Amino acid sequence: MRVSDVLMEVPEKREMHVTYSRADRIFRRIVTAGALTSLIILGLIALFLVLRSAEVFRTFGVTYITGTEWNNAAFDPTIPVEFSIGPMLVGTIVVSLIAMVVAVPLSIGGALFIEFYAPRSIYKTLVSLLDLAAAIPSLVFGLWGIQVFTNIGIRWSNFLNDWFGWIPIFSVEFENFGRSPFIAGIVLGSMVVPITTSVAREVYSRTPRDLIDTCYALGSSKWGAIRAVVLPFGKSGVIGGAMLGLGRALGETVAVFLVLNLSFRYTYRILDSEGGNVASIIASKFGEATDFEIQALIAAGLVLFVLTLMVNMAASAIVQRSAGKVNR
Amino acid sequence: MSMMQNSDSFSEVQPERPWAKRPEEVRRSAIKFVVAAVLAMVVVRFTGMAGIDGWALVLLGTIVVATYVAARKLSGKDRKNALVAVGISALALLAFAPWLSILISVVTKGYQALHWTYLFNDMRVTTPDDELNMGGVGHAVVGSLIMVAIATVVTLPLGILSGIYLTEVRGRLTFLVRFIVQSMAGVPSIVAGLFVFTTVVQTMGEYSGIAGAAALSVLMLPTVSRTAEEVLKLVPDDLRNAGYALGARQWRTAFMVVLPTVKSGLITAGILGVARVIGETAPLLLTSLATNGFAINPFGGTLGSLPTYTFSLLQYGTEYAVARAWSGALVLLLIVFGLFTLARRLGRKK
Repeated sequence: MRVSDVLMEVPEKREMHVTYSRADRIFRRIVTAGALTSLIILGLIALFLVLRSAEVFRTFGVTYITGTEWNNAAFDPTIPVEFSIGPMLVGTIVVSLIAMVVAVPLSIGGALFIEFYAPRSIYKTLVSLLDLAAAIPSLVFGLWGIQVFTNIGIRWSNFLNDWFGWIPIFSVEFENFGRSPFIAGIVLGSMVVPITTSVAREVYSRTPRDLIDTCYALGSSKWGAIRAVVLPFGKSGVIGGAMLGLGRALGETVAVFLVLNLSFRYTYRILDSEGGNVASIIASKFGEATDFEIQALIAAGLVLFVLTLMVNMAASAIVQRSAGKVNR
Repeated sequence: MSMMQNSDSFSEVQPERPWAKRPEEVRRSAIKFVVAAVLAMVVVRFTGMAGIDGWALVLLGTIVVATYVAARKLSGKDRKNALVAVGISALALLAFAPWLSILISVVTKGYQALHWTYLFNDMRVTTPDDELNMGGVGHAVVGSLIMVAIATVVTLPLGILSGIYLTEVRGRLTFLVRFIVQSMAGVPSIVAGLFVFTTVVQTMGEYSGIAGAAALSVLMLPTVSRTAEEVLKLVPDDLRNAGYALGARQWRTAFMVVLPTVKSGLITAGILGVARVIGETAPLLLTSLATNGFAINPFGGTLGSLPTYTFSLLQYGTEYAVARAWSGALVLLLIVFGLFTLARRLGRKK
């Protein structure tokens, strides 16, 4: 037999099987069950919120989402009981959008600074500072917001109102300025910044180094390289991170509750000291709520849950897709 | 070789760093900043811009002007580059400003109500308006620790199991599980509180620490799962294959090779989870409420906690009450930062 004969002999392709032993099958089943607890908990949350709030939706229908009345008739039985969260829902979105307007530019700037401008010697310090900032409880942001930032925020509001008061959203009915959606939005924005910044920083740090070097080799400045390579590369990741932050902003309770004056009235004036927030209305009405009122609050929780879940699912889909793009 | 012989006066070549800033560049940028600062001082003096924010704004303006003047001889491209660098640094500074402000105010304001027994006293016989050398935060710390401990005991195994599923078992549901964990991380804390209220509290008929712990578990699970997955991903496949090659079953490889390798990482996952939930306020307002005195029974009756202590004192609103609230926030932040340092130290040892 010659060597070439042996080489020519291609063995037939075998089917590959994996047979797990009984111990392994049990192991895999237990692990799967453990991994599915998240799914079960999420399902249970949805189920219980729907069950406990069904009566509210049956009673008030669409009015619950759009109306502007919240009367539990505990003190004055002549008033009809009515629950609705229209201004709260709109207020939640307004405050969160203000937060995002504040947070997104700051996050992109912060991430670019840490990755490309900061001296290498403080890079690690900045990254751990970022992690630390993300761990500051929202309660502390609220405390800081009402005790420290409000004074500064009132000054900014005054300035905006003086110069841009002719734009409807910056007009006010009373020159009070404290506890406004504007201030709440900025406090919320500074709470969201660490989250969006760390996502953006991670995406930017994965920019292929050779592409950046190519830019430099072609004579580009640092900003030129960032604009041509880094920003387009990180775009979808940054959008995903921003939506993650938006989800956090929509569902935040105490940081908003402490700095916002809740009012059941639709308003477009973000400097006036009245606004709405679904999570905060739950926290503020819960303590002295009647039984039916608690169901109405659970309905508010359901609305919030659906809203944040949609935003978060979209965000995690975008983030995962951009991560997959990088890995390939 | 021949070059070496030819040059009699051979001197050692000093490494050059062409990218390093030359002394005159450093001097020029120092001059630029000094000029900008002086200019800003003058402007603030004559226009009366108020507060540290006005100051910072003026300073930014003068730095931009100074940068523009300093870069006037450069090409348009380089001038733009210099101005963008100033802009990005300003944005970064603005992003970091709130956290610095928070740290400074928590330390300076939280310091007032601290005293030697602050950590060990409760508020049973002290009203929020009493002198600041009375009362304390002990009951709140104990309550928080009890609830967080229960939540950790429940969540850590589940989180690790979910991590093992995603990295070892890799079943058909991998994508779904990862997606659900991501989505669950976004469940608003107050919704978790409402959920536990409708299930645990309404079933038991009273507020309790165990309800608070349940709400915290819901919020903790995604953090622990995700960190555990990240940590387990770091285990090289060679180790797993070596385990299989030695004839170990999958469960043996997982428990005796993979998990021990990342033990400190898994502890880190737990610590990060604790840091995530120890400051949660909203769910506890709906589940465990607050107490004035020491309470240690998690299975019935309200249980104090650091966040609700701070929150209720802040709502009380008088001068001393607010000072106590700041001290509560200081203790809370110290705990969170301590946990973070611990996690970091464990992570580095590996």
